[in-house]
Parts: sequence; structure tokens; C-alpha cells
Amino acid sequence: MTDEPESPAVRIDRYVGQYAERAKGMVASEIRALFAVAARPEIVSLAGGTPYVAALPLDAVGSMVGDLVAGQGTQALQYCTAQGDAGLRERICEIMSLEHIQAHPDDVVVTVGSQQALDLLARIFIDPGDVIIAEAPSYVGALGAFAAYQADVVHVQMDDDGLIPEALEQAITAVAASGRRAKFVYTVPNYHNPAGVTLVENRRHRILEICQRAGLLVVEDNPYGLLGFDGDPIRALRADDHEGVVYLGTFSKTFAAGVRVGWAVAPPGIRDKLILAAESAVLCHSSFSQLTVREYLATQPWREQIKDFRELYRERRDATLDALTRLMPPGCSWTRPAGGFYVWLRLPEGIDSKAMLPMAISARVAYVPGTGFYADGSGGQFARLCYAFPEPSRIREGIRRLASVVESEIELRQDFAPGR
Amino acid sequence: MMVPPMETLDQVVILAGGLSPEREVSLRSGNRVRDELDQAGIDARVLDADSALLTRLDNHPPSVVFPVIHGSCGEDGSIREILELLAVPYVGSTPSACRLAFDKPTAKSMVAALGVATPPSVTLPRETFHDLGASAVIELIVARLGLPLYVKPSRGGSSLGSSAVQKEDDLPAALLSCFAYGGTALIEQFIQGTEVAVSVLDLGDGPRALPPVEIVPGESGYDYSARYTAGQTEFYVPARLPAQAAGAVAETALTAHSALGLRDLSRTDLIVDETGTAYFLEANVSPGMTETSTLPLALDAARYSFGEACVRLLELAAARGV
Repeated sequence: MTDEPESPAVRIDRYVGQYAERAKGMVASEIRALFAVAARPEIVSLAGGTPYVAALPLDAVGSMVGDLVAGQGTQALQYCTAQGDAGLRERICEIMSLEHIQAHPDDVVVTVGSQQALDLLARIFIDPGDVIIAEAPSYVGALGAFAAYQADVVHVQMDDDGLIPEALEQAITAVAASGRRAKFVYTVPNYHNPAGVTLVENRRHRILEICQRAGLLVVEDNPYGLLGFDGDPIRALRADDHEGVVYLGTFSKTFAAGVRVGWAVAPPGIRDKLILAAESAVLCHSSFSQLTVREYLATQPWREQIKDFRELYRERRDATLDALTRLMPPGCSWTRPAGGFYVWLRLPEGIDSKAMLPMAISARVAYVPGTGFYADGSGGQFARLCYAFPEPSRIREGIRRLASVVESEIELRQDFAPGR
Repeated sequence: MMVPPMETLDQVVILAGGLSPEREVSLRSGNRVRDELDQAGIDARVLDADSALLTRLDNHPPSVVFPVIHGSCGEDGSIREILELLAVPYVGSTPSACRLAFDKPTAKSMVAALGVATPPSVTLPRETFHDLGASAVIELIVARLGLPLYVKPSRGGSSLGSSAVQKEDDLPAALLSCFAYGGTALIEQFIQGTEVAVSVLDLGDGPRALPPVEIVPGESGYDYSARYTAGQTEFYVPARLPAQAAGAVAETALTAHSALGLRDLSRTDLIVDETGTAYFLEANVSPGMTETSTLPLALDAARYSFGEACVRLLELAAARGV
């Protein structure tokens, strides 16, 4: 050692020893660094679930927002209640009636996107170590919210018809047998994120029955319900069980993600706690955003706009499926979504989508590795492709690049297979 | 060297971003340099290296450019070739020097030729494992270099695609991670010791080694997370080294800076083993400038103002011209 007095250790963050246990996983990651590149226009990004807001009548929305401030500025720029604007909640009930939900505006709590509803539900239900049952795979944002409250997520298998009732029953039994408490079942029944599948009708009643018998709450997250490509909106789980289902909705995909307005519809006891939790989290939500949505619903042809979105996304879904069929190497398979934003791609055995991502970024295409959709980080054989944002020609180019990366990765894995 | 008047720094451009996996880090570095310059009274623009860059530079020609793009494009010399073509003065090393430093095996060879220790290594492209059979090649590597090993892409930074290998069975996975970031792997003997970064700065009076920064990461080593999560890594500035070893690391960094023909600033990464031998690992022509990077720590320890050092580098580059 030197004769000089030793310099003290420098830690760039002096509070590093003081963070809560739940903050341990909040670290810089290679994946996040790669996604920073994916945002560049040179990259065909099939990664983020980004709605195509350029399809909105932006001039009309702009005028509407101007009129809102000029005419109702003292309300739009003021605090409001934690439950949310009453007029907006009435509109939300009208929208939910399209999925056969009979709700009163008093049952509705407006949230900052449905993501905040997930956070609030986790906040009021989850103690460290509690079990949340979720599909395998499950929405990454929900897993993040549950992880923040130190939940233990138990995944339940899906197939092309959605959550498998028998697997759900087995999971509930296994959790109970292990002496742990499951707090709720989290499900995205329509045009699942990331799997792209939809829960078929005959399973819906079965799943509600199973949960009712087990005394388990169902959290029905339905961001894409109005974005089905065929026929009318599907009847919501909440439509058949007011007491056992908390329904989450959002305007992020049917209007604008930037307004950050979502909602929860819950039985009265849960609703009251959600309101109090929201109050402590944000005092109240943005009046401006809420009134923007309320005015949009009141003055703009929103039903026609949703039809336009559906057609646009259908065309992009078709481009995606067509390109996958033509270009992907043998050993790949994928789901065929009837709505929403996502195709769930299964890669050949042995391929790890997370490890492959840097090669994909180098090839100027991005996707989300499947590992993000499993609480235990499994799912490396899968990748989520979002077709909502790129134009069809870009989708085709992106999948051409991706196919080439997969082929290269197959060859690389073969080179390093045991015995080679 | 004549120092130009401050007015010549009225059109400063910081190049940051790029399309490498180090984009986010580079943007943070670029913003940090911009903020420091702002505090020093210099208005600088941060521009990305994208398809709009040439038009932007053409519309508003800069007086001098500070490139802080990490990884390929920023450190392989290409963006500096463009600046040369545009006849725009810039801070830092020439394209040819960048190419030498960016290719780690080449840099190792050049520095080793001057008697500097560097971990024994092999450099192999992905095709070699394909053509000759991975198992046989891996067996040969382990037989010759022993264990543990350290595997990294021959080009690139921020530890992306890099990993330590304790046993032979783990080498294929390490190589797969490596090849995800580049087509050629540098496989080195893992030298146990003190990890040190030494920045070299030339503010017009010749290259000087700044105080060595000792890096003490957590259990997972100095990986991407440890590098860029504030608080995950402990630093000691100056490094807790015996005087002789401290001198050796400074000398090694200066030797690397000179051998590779580097200019203005560089950072050399080294390991000092228990005998005090300093092993050269790599040299960086565009060192990180983020709040978790070692260059700002070293500047602080040397009682240099980061902002003033940036201003001085810009002045020197402007005076040097192209």
C-alpha cells in the first residue's frame, strides 16, 4: 500500500445502502440500452406496443383541445377528485356497454393509463410473498407492478384458445397446498399481450366458476377489446360477474396513449380503496387529460375512428403473418391474432431471443425478448412482435431482417451444440 | 500552440448517440459535456450521427466538434473520417489511430511490442469455430490459455458481450454472448487483481496521466449494470496501489496513448496483479463522460474542472484545424 492516507471509496450514489428491498432490481440493463437504439428510425421496431396515433384527426383534436381550454379552462386546469371526472366516468360506462358491462359511473375509478390501476391494485392487495396467478406469458407492465410489491407470480399455461381452465385449477390447488395465499388472477382475455390469443367463450364461464369457487378475485385487463378484426366486441368477464371481477380499461389504444387515461371498474369495497390509494399516490389525476378524453368522446366520431384503427391494424397484422409465412426459417411458429397488436413468435429449439437481440439490432430490427413476459425470466424461446406502428412495407422489411438474424443464430447455435 | 479567441467556439457541436448498443451511454455523455460547456459559457449543440447529420452540419457549419459517440462509428474512426472530409476540426484522435485502438487485439499487439504486459490471448472469428468444430477449438484454447478466461468482442465497449469464464463448460455460452455483439472474439487469460482505469489528457502541454481510478464492482463484476447503475460499483481515486504499481499504470497508459498515436484524451483499462505487474487490457478513444464514468472522477481527483478541460480541448482542436 502507499504511504499516503488511503482515499475513501467513492460511490456515485451515496444512498445505495438505504434503498428498499424492492428497489434491488432497478438497475441499468443491456436490454434497455438496446431498446434505446430501437427507437431510432433506422431500426424497424417491432418492439414497443406503440399505437399509430398519426391516424388520428390531429387538426380536429387540436381545435378541440383549444376550445376546451378556452371554454372550460378553469375546470381543465384545476384539481379534481381522485375518483375522476364524473362526466368522463359516464362516458366510460357507455363504452363498456359495448362489451356488455353494466356499470354505474360510481363504480369507475379513473387512473393514469391502466398501468396505474395495476399499481394501485398491487398496492392494496399484495404483501411481500403473496401469490398472483397470471397467464404464461403475461403482460410485462403487470409483472413489473407486481414485482414492485414483491409478489410471487405463478404462471398458468395458455394455448391458442387462451388461459387453460384445468391448468388454472391445478395452479390454485398447488398454491393452496403450499400454504401460500393467492390474491387474484390477472388475465388479458382479448388479443393477449404478448401472446396475441383470445380466451374463447366456453372457457370464460369455466374460469369465472373456478375463481368463484376458490374465492379468488379476477383482474380483467382489456386494453385491446375494441380492436378486434372480426365481428362485435367480445363479452367481458366483468359482464358476468360484478362482484368477482375488477375490469381495467384504457384510452391508450383507442384514442391516444399520450393522454394517459385509463380506468378500473371494481366492486364497491375495492373501488373505495382504489380511490384512497390513488389519492395518496397522485392526489388526483390530470383534469386536462380527463377533459380532453371527455370532449373527444363527446365531439369527435370516436366509433368511426376505432373502425379506422381496426382496419389499419388488420392490414398490418396481415402483412406480418404473410411475411412470417414467407420468410421465417423452419422451426418457427407464431400465433394468429384476431385483434390487438401482437404476434407471439416461437423460435427454433435452443434459440434464445434475449441473447439474439444485439444481432437483431445490428441488423436494424427490434422485438421484445420473451423473457420479459415471465416473472422467472424464462421464455427465451419466444419473441413478441408488435405490428401496430410500422407501415406494412416496413413490417415486411423488418421480418426479412429478423428471419436472416434467426437463420444466423440457428447456425451459430449449431456450431456450439454439444459435441460439435 | 496558439489559443484561438473564445469566439471560435461559438458553433460547437457535440456528436452523441449513434446506432451502437452504447447509444444511451453516449447520449448521457454528450448531455453531460453540453451542460459543462454551458456552465463555462459555451453554447453547444448535441447532434446525433444519423441521416440528417450532414445536412445539419452543412446548414450550420461548426467551428469545432466534440465527438462523444461510443462504440462503432464513434470509436472506429468512421465519424472522424467524415469530419476530416468536411474539414471540420474535432477533439480527439485521428481516424487511423481510432481504428488501431478500437480493434482490441491490434491495440494489444502494438502496446505489447513496447514491452507492456497484456494478458495472453487468442483472437478468433466465429467462422473458425464453425469450420474447425467448436469443441476442438475450445479444448485447444483451454489447454493453451488455461482457466479462468475472459471473453469479449474484439471491438466494442461497455462490457457488452463480455464475460468471465471459470470452467470450460461455460466457454461456449460466453462465446455465444460475445458473437451476439461482434463476429470476432478476444479470449484472454483472466488476470486476478486490481481493476484500474487511467485517463490520459493532453491540454497542450503533452499527455499526462490522471490519477488512476480503482474499480471495485459487486459480485457480478464490472458488467453493464455495474458500470451504469449509480452506486453499484465502488471507486477509489487514486487507486489503492503501491507507489511502484501506481507509477506503472500511469506509464502504461501513456505508452498506450503514444503507441496507438492517440490524441487529446484517452482511457486505458488495466489489471494490476498481486506482483504489481500492470496488464494492458484496452484503450478507449472516446471515454465515457457520464456520472458513473471514470474520466470525470479522475479529473476531479486531479483538481481539473471537467468543463474547463472540455473548453481547453475544444480550443486546442480549433487551433489545430484539420
